[in-house]
Amino acid sequence: MSIRALEFYRSPARYVGARTIGARAPGLVAGPLAPLRLATLKDLSPPREGWTRVKPRLSGICGSDLATIGGRSSFYFSPLVSLPFVPGHEVVGELLDDCGDLTAGTRVVISSVLGCAARGEDPMCPNCEAGRTGRCDRVTVGHLQAGLQTGFCKDTYGGWGRQMLAHRSQLFVVPDGMADDVAVLVEPFACAIHAAHRAQIAPGSSVLIVGAGTVGILTLIAVRSFTQAGHVVIAAKHRAQRAAARMAGANEVVNPEHAAKAVRRISSAIKLTPERGQDFLLGGADVSIECVGSRAGLDLALRTVKAGGRVVLSGIPAGGADLTPLWFRELELVGAYTAGVEETPAGPRHAFELAIETASSLGPVLGQMVGATYPLDRWRDAIDHAMSAGRLGTFKVAFAPQG
Amino acid sequence: MPRPGFVLEVDERTPPLLVHEGESFRMQRFPVGTRVVYPPDSLPGIRDVPTAVRHALLNPVDMEPLTALLTPGMKLTIAVDDISIPLPPMVLPDIRQRILEQVIELAASKGVDDLEIIVATALHRRMTSAEIRRMVGERVFRSFWPKDLYNFDAEDPDALTHVGKTDEGEDVEISKRAAESDLVVYVNVNLVAMDGGHKSVAIGLASYKSLRHHHNVHTMLHSRSYMDPRPGKSAIADSATRMGRMLRDAGVKIFQIETTMNADTFPENLGFLNKREWEWSAFDQGLMMASKKANDMAPPRIRREFFRRIEAPYKLTGVNAGEVEAVHERTLTNLHRQQLVEVGGQSDVVIFGLPYIGPYNVNSIMNPILVHCLGLGYLFNMYRNKPLVKKGGVVIMYHPVPWEFHQIHHPSYIDFFEEVLRETTDPKTIETKFEERYAKDPWYTHLYRTSHAYHGVHPFYMWYWGAHGRDHAGDVILVGGEPKSVARLGYRTAGSLRDAIEMATDTVGPSPTMTYFHAPPIMIADVR
Repeated sequence: MSIRALEFYRSPARYVGARTIGARAPGLVAGPLAPLRLATLKDLSPPREGWTRVKPRLSGICGSDLATIGGRSSFYFSPLVSLPFVPGHEVVGELLDDCGDLTAGTRVVISSVLGCAARGEDPMCPNCEAGRTGRCDRVTVGHLQAGLQTGFCKDTYGGWGRQMLAHRSQLFVVPDGMADDVAVLVEPFACAIHAAHRAQIAPGSSVLIVGAGTVGILTLIAVRSFTQAGHVVIAAKHRAQRAAARMAGANEVVNPEHAAKAVRRISSAIKLTPERGQDFLLGGADVSIECVGSRAGLDLALRTVKAGGRVVLSGIPAGGADLTPLWFRELELVGAYTAGVEETPAGPRHAFELAIETASSLGPVLGQMVGATYPLDRWRDAIDHAMSAGRLGTFKVAFAPQG
Repeated sequence: MPRPGFVLEVDERTPPLLVHEGESFRMQRFPVGTRVVYPPDSLPGIRDVPTAVRHALLNPVDMEPLTALLTPGMKLTIAVDDISIPLPPMVLPDIRQRILEQVIELAASKGVDDLEIIVATALHRRMTSAEIRRMVGERVFRSFWPKDLYNFDAEDPDALTHVGKTDEGEDVEISKRAAESDLVVYVNVNLVAMDGGHKSVAIGLASYKSLRHHHNVHTMLHSRSYMDPRPGKSAIADSATRMGRMLRDAGVKIFQIETTMNADTFPENLGFLNKREWEWSAFDQGLMMASKKANDMAPPRIRREFFRRIEAPYKLTGVNAGEVEAVHERTLTNLHRQQLVEVGGQSDVVIFGLPYIGPYNVNSIMNPILVHCLGLGYLFNMYRNKPLVKKGGVVIMYHPVPWEFHQIHHPSYIDFFEEVLRETTDPKTIETKFEERYAKDPWYTHLYRTSHAYHGVHPFYMWYWGAHGRDHAGDVILVGGEPKSVARLGYRTAGSLRDAIEMATDTVGPSPTMTYFHAPPIMIADVR
């Protein structure tokens, strides 16, 4: 028996094509320029103790996946992945094997980082030891080939296939009452919770969230659930995003071009207009969280935070942003990558546990965020849809690999 | 002898009547029985204006002649109304120029060297140099601008002085230069009854600290109406009077000059706008149709530019100088001679056509907040005794109400519209929750002082200005208004007058009585 999966492979010609004209013609990225193929791959078996095969039920398409396919990812990642790989790291699936305390058939979500535990590194790096697996220093060594996460590693496969491998340290059990279309959002929600913690939002602080796609909305929910933020402004481009942001508890929902004005208003800042480029503020929000991963988004975040304020990068950063405000306003620029153990008032908790608990109560809201699911053989439609999700009023597009 | 204003009752023979609607107008057929209030014919203007001005300066009311008040070495300040009046801006020479030239000439002849001219903008935007040049004339501008001719700055702590408090505890903080002058000459253009009197110095040269005592919801709700400054009728006028008297008692000497204009609001090429429809000649009708067609076809920018260039051929009907209250009494008599129209009783519905211009969008854009202010603040309040519409009645207004703002002139208006009105339209809540923050917002203050922006608190005042009308009316309907912006104002939109009347019946019942207030030209309904 073999495994049907979407495989990302090395293709310099497609890479160049997607990078140069993909932004102007996104349809081509889902078509002839996609370095993806629906392949039949060899069977998997758990390589050693602590590993299990997982049958993905749903696997989301993330912004980082689209950036990779569209040739927009930084070459910084090139030594951190092993090609060809099966993408997909937002996964809800069921175990095909018994794994430690978990029995076959258990429904799980996967914390995607392939850290020291998964790689058999002993002793673990200090970060993994502290539960901050996102910061693992060993993601290129050990039992596995290089791969910062499941979905970027040749050996484990990923969620965009009918089977994949996962280590016990990555698994979190999904409660019975939680639907798959909610569970598939646990991974991005855990990342959002991590971002909210990284933002270190003091009670009553003003927050600007740039972007109201899946990451932005989940970040907004996390900020509202896990901090005592004061006034929260969110910059949302599309109508469905604006509606969702209002439901999710934003005090103000504005178009991105009005975001500086809205922040200025709540902070009584001075707004200045440079000879070229976006307006900026002297004064501004206490914290800004960039959830788009675009240059314009980062520029906006940097230009609307008060002096000494904090800018959190939640989206994969794009190059080319003007860092002058970072220097001139003495800002703190903070990265928020994946999820790990967070310090909470009740003690250290894994962000996945927090996400599962919170998602259980937010089920109906989150369930509406998965706008479409596609079988693997309609992968071009799925990618095309995901690339235009905001415009089409969709938040999350996912594969149903068994369909 | 010019005919007085009158009230027409629409019958089957009444032609469609002209209704203003922003940068356009339409011919509207009104239901039979609708009362139409027309302004009086224009009074003849004073032929020899320079002589009339000179006469006023040398023969003031209850005060010594200006020549006797001017002495060598004295500190003289002349304050002038800004370009928010008259509307539209008048054909040159502006009456302010004519008065200023004579006052300055007299001052020079008396050896007065220390003379400064302040444009009394209060919290209005700073006038541009071109606007000031147009207003004061080339000679004055060249001689004084910018050192000794400048805009008042209500946010410059070094240029303000707290003169004291009225017996009701109202702070009186005005221009330091004016307060410390041996004489203040204030040059008014009295377009409506609210202008002039103690409002001139006590408001035109005052700061927010002072203005907040009367520019507030309570005062507005207790001014019935702003256009009736008789004691006890207008809380804002009463407050200004207390402040003015306090200034007088503190030794601030004011030589008040007030001027009134006739009703020649529109130039000859739009002369039909000054006339009653059934008196239009064939030429007027042709002109109306051509103007309407050209206006409808023109791109918005051209249309706006066309209207912006309109200059009113106003003629002076009176100029009086001297003691503030005595002068103002004469002014009101003059003004009423031109503007007062007797109307018998109220109606269920009142209809206003809102023109393209109000005091706060000269050379600018009439944004939705200014539409509210023009309709419910100004036109609604153009009454004496009682409003044209019954309590709980319906106000129908014509205006397209585009969601459009002047980015330089009205920055705080934009935020007010987007933030404040999104949350509430209740004036009292707005005042309590938002006013202070906007009034003290450093960015608005910066733009007010250095750019050409209205003060941060100004949109609040515009909202309060309509508070009485809003409180009085049971419903407000905008014919032809952009639904989104009208809804933000808290009003309703109708596609046509027929629809608006249909909607009004929800509030006032079937077969409502209706009054169309056919302005401009400006008039005051004396409702009996």
